[in-house]
Amino acid sequence: MTENSITVEGLEQSFGGVMALAGVSFQAPEGLIYAIIGPNGAGKTTLFNALCGFYQPSAGSIHFNGHELCGLPPHRIAALGMARTFQNLQLFFNMTVVENVMVGCHLRARTGLLAAALRLPRIRREERRLREWAHVALALCDLADRAEQPAGALPYGLMKRVEIARALAAKPRLLLLDEPAAGLNDTETLALRELIARIRASGVTVLLVEHHMPLVMGISDRLLVLDYGSVLAEGTPAEIQADPRVVAAYLGGAVQYAV
Amino acid sequence: MRLAGFYLFAALVALLPVLFPDNYFVIVIGASAGLHVILAVGLNLLMGYAGQISLGHAAFFGMGAYASAILTTRFGWPSLLALAAGLVATGAIAWLLARPILRLRGHYLAMATLGFGIIVHVIMVQATRWTGGPDGLAGIPPLNLFGWSVEGDLQWYGVIVAAMLLALWLALNLVDSQVGRALRAVHGSEFAAQMMGVDTGRAKTQVFVVSALFAAFAGSLFAHQQAFVSPDSFNLTISVELVTMVVLGGMASTFGAACGAIALTLLHQGLVVFEDYEMLIHGALLMAVMIFLPQGLFVGLSQGAQRLWVTLRQES
Ligand SMILES: Nc1ncnc2c1ncn2[C@@H]1O[C@H](COP(=O)(O)OP(=O)(O)O)[C@@H](O)[C@H]1O
Ligand SMILES: [Mg+2]
Repeated sequence: MTENSITVEGLEQSFGGVMALAGVSFQAPEGLIYAIIGPNGAGKTTLFNALCGFYQPSAGSIHFNGHELCGLPPHRIAALGMARTFQNLQLFFNMTVVENVMVGCHLRARTGLLAAALRLPRIRREERRLREWAHVALALCDLADRAEQPAGALPYGLMKRVEIARALAAKPRLLLLDEPAAGLNDTETLALRELIARIRASGVTVLLVEHHMPLVMGISDRLLVLDYGSVLAEGTPAEIQADPRVVAAYLGGAVQYAV
Repeated sequence: MRLAGFYLFAALVALLPVLFPDNYFVIVIGASAGLHVILAVGLNLLMGYAGQISLGHAAFFGMGAYASAILTTRFGWPSLLALAAGLVATGAIAWLLARPILRLRGHYLAMATLGFGIIVHVIMVQATRWTGGPDGLAGIPPLNLFGWSVEGDLQWYGVIVAAMLLALWLALNLVDSQVGRALRAVHGSEFAAQMMGVDTGRAKTQVFVVSALFAAFAGSLFAHQQAFVSPDSFNLTISVELVTMVVLGGMASTFGAACGAIALTLLHQGLVVFEDYEMLIHGALLMAVMIFLPQGLFVGLSQGAQRLWVTLRQES
């Protein structure tokens, strides 16, 4: 097992009577794009929420970066190198775009309360550094010209990109993207595909939850198919598209996608 | 420039007693407004920036005041030492209270802080041996700053204005730093903030303690300035008044909170005759602001002015 791969074993999560995750196991190898697909309600978002510490799974284990993640709070898991975006936007609408991304740099900042209140010289230096880092992430996501706008003033597609920039600003080893193409038009989806490829090229492992099949099949190295909280299949895009169970349950018969 | 507004404000409050010499209204009401600014700016860090409500903030104001009053009158402590002890004690209580109380949200947090304010008020009234009970404590010695005994309205104006500017400067610095952004992130989306590595529990605890310290600091000054404290100055009405100041000025704006504090202090003076209707007027004011100018009077008006300015420039 490599350092930055994430290994999930027998993960269970239930809400009342609903088993949203019924013993999910998989391993996402380092440096690859690992997609998680499945119909609505399959448990994809729940899986992400469990991975990042927002839920406490009732059973199972999550190994990442040499640590057991189960039981750790989200901010500790973030500190181990995991970042994510959200299916339902979780932007800080009370801030500008660049400030949102500066919050993404939080783990790289050393600001203490007292030093900040007294505005010591090192705080001034750090502010400059954080702003530079944020601008690097914004440039990577083609958002440089939007830096000073209020986050809420952007069109939807760009807001989703700000979430990616904010996550990248943390310099994660593992990035979780929850339906990044939902609500995007074709041009934006194409740009997103390029951005995800660039992120992978920079050495970041990507877990991608997405319904847009051309995107998923075109860009992923491996896929995990979830159905009713269980793993239906796992493999390369070609294997998944050839799997009759997946086609029956999710891909819906006739549709075939270019790899 | 980052602090341009601050310097302008500092120059203005320094000039006031020169422009209006021996003017009771400016000096005395100005000092009272200054204390309110410290309180509102501190509460705004918690409410406006971190998005956590406190309906019991007068309790911390009172703790600072009673610490100074009790330690100087009953134990003969020097005033500065008593002030420091008041800050340490209030900060410690706020810190102990923060974790359990800030786990609550919305109405629950409002109720819990309200309850805390009521309990502290009851203690002030009931612990007669220490607090003097409903009659309060009189004969508090003047504030002594390294040999300079602060006496007279003008001197008090100077001390309180200096303290207010210090509080404003600290708050402005804090807000415009990673600490401040983390607080706003907690307000914007607590979940996302956690995923950015913000320990939101710790951030909320810190800002709760800081806002309690601002209040205790104002309380100590208030006790010495008045030379007298009684529970009436720290009851629920005062807590509601503080919230009104923050909301009136505009949440998440340090100058907004300051303006709210000044506006409400002035309004009070104008309404002394209607003393019986004080709570009513506050309630009506809160409702009107929330309905018509939810971003607050100061923030709302300054945004309106900006829009007007842009329109005028485009037309000319
Ligand atoms: N917080 C929650 N409370 C109760 N049920 C939930 C909660 N989150 C998800 N679920 C349920 O778990 C199942 C999986 O949901 P989700 O993970 O959002 O699916 P997906 O992201 O794959 O569309 C659904 O049946 C959903 O109703
Ligand atoms: Mg989902």
